[in-house]
Amino acid sequence: MNLNFDSEKPIYLQLAEEIEDAVLSGAYQEETQIPSTTEISVSYKINPATALKGINRLVDDGIVYKKRGVGMFVSTGAKEKILDKRKETFFEDYVTSMILEARKLSITQEDILKMLERGFEK
Amino acid sequence: MSYIEIKNITKVFGNTTALDNVSLNLEANKIYGLLGRNGAGKTTLLNLITNRIFPTYGEILLEGEKVSENDDALSKVYFMTEANFYPEGMTVKKAFKWTKEFYPGFDTDYASALCDKFLLKTGKKIKELSTGYKSIFKIIVSLACNAPVILLDEPVLGLDANHRELFYKELLQAYGERPRTIVISTHLIEEAADIIEDVIVIKSGKLILQDSVEKVLSQGYAVSGAASAVDGFMQGKKVLGVDTLGGLKTAYILEKAEKEKIPSGLEISKLDLQKLFIQMTNQ
Repeated sequence: MNLNFDSEKPIYLQLAEEIEDAVLSGAYQEETQIPSTTEISVSYKINPATALKGINRLVDDGIVYKKRGVGMFVSTGAKEKILDKRKETFFEDYVTSMILEARKLSITQEDILKMLERGFEK
Repeated sequence: MSYIEIKNITKVFGNTTALDNVSLNLEANKIYGLLGRNGAGKTTLLNLITNRIFPTYGEILLEGEKVSENDDALSKVYFMTEANFYPEGMTVKKAFKWTKEFYPGFDTDYASALCDKFLLKTGKKIKELSTGYKSIFKIIVSLACNAPVILLDEPVLGLDANHRELFYKELLQAYGERPRTIVISTHLIEEAADIIEDVIVIKSGKLILQDSVEKVLSQGYAVSGAASAVDGFMQGKKVLGVDTLGGLKTAYILEKAEKEKIPSGLEISKLDLQKLFIQMTNQ
């Protein structure tokens, strides 16, 4: 796992996405505990307030929840929620930026469709 | 509540004004980065907070009480300086014992655990330590003394990459277990940028910035492209500085980027703390 400190995205959002990825991959199973704010802060070398902000984002989205005195746990149904959310932003995250770059390079719609077909054949 | 209040501090040495009417508040349990070029006044400020030197004008309060002539307030602050205040012939082990006299909360077990991690031999005399290990010795004392405020002046001086990484991790671990106010003065901005919560920038004795790192970075961006296009774009904007490379120009702008208003052909990118610092403190 790695945060890209040069990315446009704030670190706390990258952290939230990393944890989501770990839930999607099954590394963090539903109803199991995720690392504490301190563990995250030490392992990524980021300020604990940043780590907390990333986790709070996941709490707001219902991906993780707090067990008082124990720590943070992955919610039941978290995987489903992440999939739904990612599908919603797929167009904005990938399609829009691809078309923008394609226009810059004068790649036509036809060319893109061909590339997509080629991509799926692999 | 502010833990430390620095009120209109001016410090004059002979005919040099090292600090010029600086006011700032440090909150409890926050990690601050104190940045400034060589000679900007960082160490002077830290020396004033710990009452090692006295302000020409102004005052400094710790938990609402003046730090001057106040031993109780000063026992709450540990200052790691470049200067060594331990007798040269003293061993590391003895120095730990001695520190405990001044800082009763000093955790000897934790200090020895850190010595093991950094491979510092406690039987060695302080004068026998290399530059890097002198820093490590002082880092260990700072982390183990359990003072509610620790001021670290160039803590990673002479440390190799592995030891710097270990230091940042141990600092965050110690902070996570027992939050305290930490001020890190450093020139290695890139390394510290994600560790600090708030940034303080001093330029030629004047405070020019104090804000959260995240807020500062979200308010600035770099825009690059053909020189003429960049020139047109930066009209009327708050420009910190520019770089040119042939016909390519990059302007550093201290405003929120309105992505939809960026003309095509111009690329915008995020400002990092180091770039921002260089642009703000260039003469």
